[in-house]
Amino acid sequence: MSSRLKVRKARNVVALTLSMLAAASGLLILALILGTLFYNGFAAIKPSIFTQMTPPPGEAGGLLNAIYGSVMMTLVGILVGTPLGIMAGTYLAEYGRSAKLAQTVRFINDVLLSAPSIAIGIFIYEVMVAPMGHFSAWAGSMSLAIIVVPVVVRTTEDMLNLVPNTLRESAAALGTPKWRVVVSVSYRAARNGMITGVLLALARISGETAPLLFTALNNQFFSTDMNAPMANLPVVIFQMALSPYNDWQQLAWGGALIITVGILVLNIVARYLASLGSARR
Amino acid sequence: MSGAERLSVEAETELPETSASETRDMTNDPENVKISVRDLNFYYGDHHALKQISMKIHERQVTAFIGPSGCGKSTLLRIFNRMYDLYPRQRAEGEVMFDGMNILAPNVDLNLLRARIGMVFQKPTPFPMSIHENIAFGVRLYERLSSSAMAERVEQSLRRAALWDEVKDKLKQSGLSLSGGQQQRLCIARAIAVKPEVLLLDEPASALDPISTAKIEELIDELKSDYTITIVTHNMQQAARVSDYTAFMYLGELIEFDRTSTVFTSPALKQTQDYITGRFG
Repeated sequence: MSSRLKVRKARNVVALTLSMLAAASGLLILALILGTLFYNGFAAIKPSIFTQMTPPPGEAGGLLNAIYGSVMMTLVGILVGTPLGIMAGTYLAEYGRSAKLAQTVRFINDVLLSAPSIAIGIFIYEVMVAPMGHFSAWAGSMSLAIIVVPVVVRTTEDMLNLVPNTLRESAAALGTPKWRVVVSVSYRAARNGMITGVLLALARISGETAPLLFTALNNQFFSTDMNAPMANLPVVIFQMALSPYNDWQQLAWGGALIITVGILVLNIVARYLASLGSARR
Repeated sequence: MSGAERLSVEAETELPETSASETRDMTNDPENVKISVRDLNFYYGDHHALKQISMKIHERQVTAFIGPSGCGKSTLLRIFNRMYDLYPRQRAEGEVMFDGMNILAPNVDLNLLRARIGMVFQKPTPFPMSIHENIAFGVRLYERLSSSAMAERVEQSLRRAALWDEVKDKLKQSGLSLSGGQQQRLCIARAIAVKPEVLLLDEPASALDPISTAKIEELIDELKSDYTITIVTHNMQQAARVSDYTAFMYLGELIEFDRTSTVFTSPALKQTQDYITGRFG
């Protein structure tokens, strides 16, 4: 074996070991988080957590109002943010491309993508909560929608950019109007990726605390009024985990576990949908 | 029989039949001219890609464009259906008459033009939908057919493209599930389903194996009884086998254009001879 070959093999071993260690440490941290959650939260997962309201300290209760509030606000946030994001992403990938406006929108979107969510909460506080004079679930939903938009814009644009231009050309070559090319060919080709993007945005906002703190606040009771403050898991967890009461802390662990498992399931569903799509090809 | 052998056999049998004067008559006969190009120039931004091209495409004949990479043959083809219009900074000057209208005029309805002048690309580009839908897609843009009439049109197009027997039992499967050669024939079926008058083939067989290539070539021979066909090819044997007219292009200029038998057996210019005999390019 020549010396150069030996050196090359040694380098390979070193690089491979380092990257395996890096991957393992990432996995280890994830496993620790999940392990801690399950260890501490599992005891709190009883039927009552899904049927009873958040209790005052020292009394039995559950998280029903918070779970309901989280689901409602997340849904509304997604329903408002997704169409906006898809339309903007479509403009960037299919129409604007390198136009001045597109470049500006792309830049602002990147800024928004990395904007701290607490800033978004303060923004909605200023434009909705303060003028209306009270916290509300609508305001909470809107702040979540603002977080959804840049995520969906980015994934939509990226996924549409992956659609080969030759596919658009062949559709155009049949005499297909531009909008029809986008809807019937580009969207179809990029569908799985776009759905995955929406699911990722959903996972992202279902754990957001900061924007809700300033907007939906919290509610001790079960409320379906979107115009009033509404309980939600992240804020309830935040409040209960910081409290000195043991049973509240227990409920907070349970809530954290519910969110985490929920997001995990969403991600697995997203992966499954994506693989389903690619398998059909 | 190899391509070269076939070429020489064809050349021997055809040579005595076409004299030079006959060829002149054919090229100038206005009756069967489908597309007439005059003083065409094309620019990619500042790059002058086509220079003063003038030629005539004959109805129900196969016209082949040959020449080394970058000589402008695909560019020329993409002018006939204004494909270049999809991209900014690309423009054509001059006159391309098709059925009494200058297709370069700004008021031409591009979608109608492209429905009349179909195109098949180098790489097979089936749409991400079923085989049936791939063909119905283009038809639906311009015709409202009952489902039985549509089924008939799909079958007819697939038969015409010599693909029916291979796919008749799986019309609901994705077009992407077919092999490369089948995908390309699907694209041809899709193009002829909208009943165009002209078919532009941009290196339709260059991504295919020899057997699929032979099928496509047979198909071209079949189709020319109904369609005016232009084909760009890198393969000179292919041009000799399938075409009636051959245009040799070099560096954006049309060097020689004549009946295929003439171009391949007694080209007027030494440059053409050097290229077809493989001395350069």
